[in-house]
Amino acid sequence: MISSMLIRALDRNALIVLLALVAIAIAIPILNIFVPVESAFHLPDYMIQLLGKYMCYALLALSVDLIWGYAGILSLGHGAFFALGGYVMGMYLMRQIGTRGVYGNPVLPDFMVFLNWKELPWYWLGFDNFFFVAFMIALVPAILALVFGWFAFRSRVTGVYLSIITQAMTYALLLAFFRNDMGFGGNNGLTDFKDLLGFSVQENSTKLVLFSASTIAVALGYLVSRIIVSSRLGKVLVSIRDAESRTRFLGYKVENYKLFIFVISSIMAGIAGALYVPQVGIINPGEFAPANSIEIVIWVAVGGRGTLIGAIIGAILVNYAKTWFTGALPEYWLFALGGLFIATTLFLPKGLVGLVASLRLRERFGPKQSSSTPAPAE
Amino acid sequence: MSEHHNSVLYVDGVSVSFDGFKALNSLSLIIEPGEMRAIIGPNGAGKTTMMDVITGKTRPDSGEVIYNGETNLLKCDEAEIAQLGIGRKFQKPTVFESHSVYSNIELALAMDRSVKASLFWSPTQENKDRVDAILDRIRLSGERNELAANLSHGQKQWLEIGMLLAQDPKLLLVDEPVAGMTDSETKETAILLRDIAQDHSVVVVEHDMDFVRDLDVKVTVLHEGSVLASGSIDEVSANKHVIEVYLGR
Repeated sequence: MISSMLIRALDRNALIVLLALVAIAIAIPILNIFVPVESAFHLPDYMIQLLGKYMCYALLALSVDLIWGYAGILSLGHGAFFALGGYVMGMYLMRQIGTRGVYGNPVLPDFMVFLNWKELPWYWLGFDNFFFVAFMIALVPAILALVFGWFAFRSRVTGVYLSIITQAMTYALLLAFFRNDMGFGGNNGLTDFKDLLGFSVQENSTKLVLFSASTIAVALGYLVSRIIVSSRLGKVLVSIRDAESRTRFLGYKVENYKLFIFVISSIMAGIAGALYVPQVGIINPGEFAPANSIEIVIWVAVGGRGTLIGAIIGAILVNYAKTWFTGALPEYWLFALGGLFIATTLFLPKGLVGLVASLRLRERFGPKQSSSTPAPAE
Repeated sequence: MSEHHNSVLYVDGVSVSFDGFKALNSLSLIIEPGEMRAIIGPNGAGKTTMMDVITGKTRPDSGEVIYNGETNLLKCDEAEIAQLGIGRKFQKPTVFESHSVYSNIELALAMDRSVKASLFWSPTQENKDRVDAILDRIRLSGERNELAANLSHGQKQWLEIGMLLAQDPKLLLVDEPVAGMTDSETKETAILLRDIAQDHSVVVVEHDMDFVRDLDVKVTVLHEGSVLASGSIDEVSANKHVIEVYLGR
């Protein structure tokens, strides 16, 4: 059963994407370590951290494409799941600091000592154990998605209304995490991390491993997404996107399908956040900002909604542009981002991937056929 | 109430009002197993609202709807009602436009509709044969790999009827199946529906009198949310109330 699902999921294009991701996970560290610094192919250390961040964003974009591109659920609050995964990882990293903090308290993180707390709150217990943390990275976003989705989908909240309440959700979490008495470091968040599984997060070798781990996580996320969208479940999701009530009258419990994909997507976003935090060295409530969540949707739209690979490409390209802009023309970045989104909506409704696909069709069949563009990948 | 035990559909005293407007006014109707019934009536007579009540889209203010002599449909949602064996074709053809014609039928096939079953499902030979047979019956075998979006209006109507067949319901509710069809397509559709009625109960809502005549079945006339007359097409056409409603004002 599993093998037939894999065969269905891995068509030629999907195999190419997977192999490319694995090749990147291996090649980038080699270009950094073994290519001499003078060579044009040498990758400087700062690039590793940057690329690792892009890969986390790619996984996050993939999670949004799964719900938006396939099931038509436009979440404008997906950054919340990313941030929650990040906070779980941040809590583990805080517990790893031990006596190396400013106050040298073996149990309490610095901010708790500063707030005059005497003991660790119950919800911080267990976060010094990596296996427990690995489990919580998936569980915490999943529980939020399950509860939120259960209410929203059962009450048949769809379209703009759903987008608005997802925004409200992430904004509420933003405000909550800003509070010092929540016990997550208030507006400073969690930072000053020392090591992860005993390896210093400052070391270049740790960063290389984190980069490769993030790239492999994108590959696994892509594989899981392909398995889902190539199954009958994936077809039902597209049916829900295109004609929700028809799907219901065919006997499908739409709310269960939406809940399933929403929870899977939240777990992917949480994992992306957990990989992101040790690479950037900080997690603070700013990650819950509604604007962040909107940006994710733009990455997916630019790359091509409902294509999976488009989400990966869009996330990397837009963030590369952001890095470049914020270095060269910092005050123009938001204009550029807004312009990009408008241009995509007007001229490239199927994103870059859609553009490439229609160019290929034109090449093969001549300009006449280009109007019958293919459906979003099954 | 003995009829309620061996009927496929038993509708009794159903009333629905929208902002004070009575869309259905104590409507009662019984459909026997294997029966085909045509429902006609002027605009606003409550035909579509009746379908909405039966399929769970609209909750009535009062009355009862019993399926198969045992199930109270007013306690079920749309998906549960569909799984019980009631299929519905909409007035405006609604098919899954970004799926192929083949996938449209495949998605409608009667089978376990849970999330888990859908994730692990792969088609058996029997499934494939059944989809092929249905595509033949609705004459879309040649378009099997086309996207449903690229079909003509009439073909979409037929595809939706094919999806109903694939569901293998006990009771089919068909809302204006020939709206926007050419004359020859209309004739073909009448033949198709009569064919389907041999092993299913069918309720057809229609405006087109010639089409209803072609169906040659018992007719119920709705007016202002309740039954005005019932009988053969010739009987109801001769009924003076019916003439009044259709031609009078």
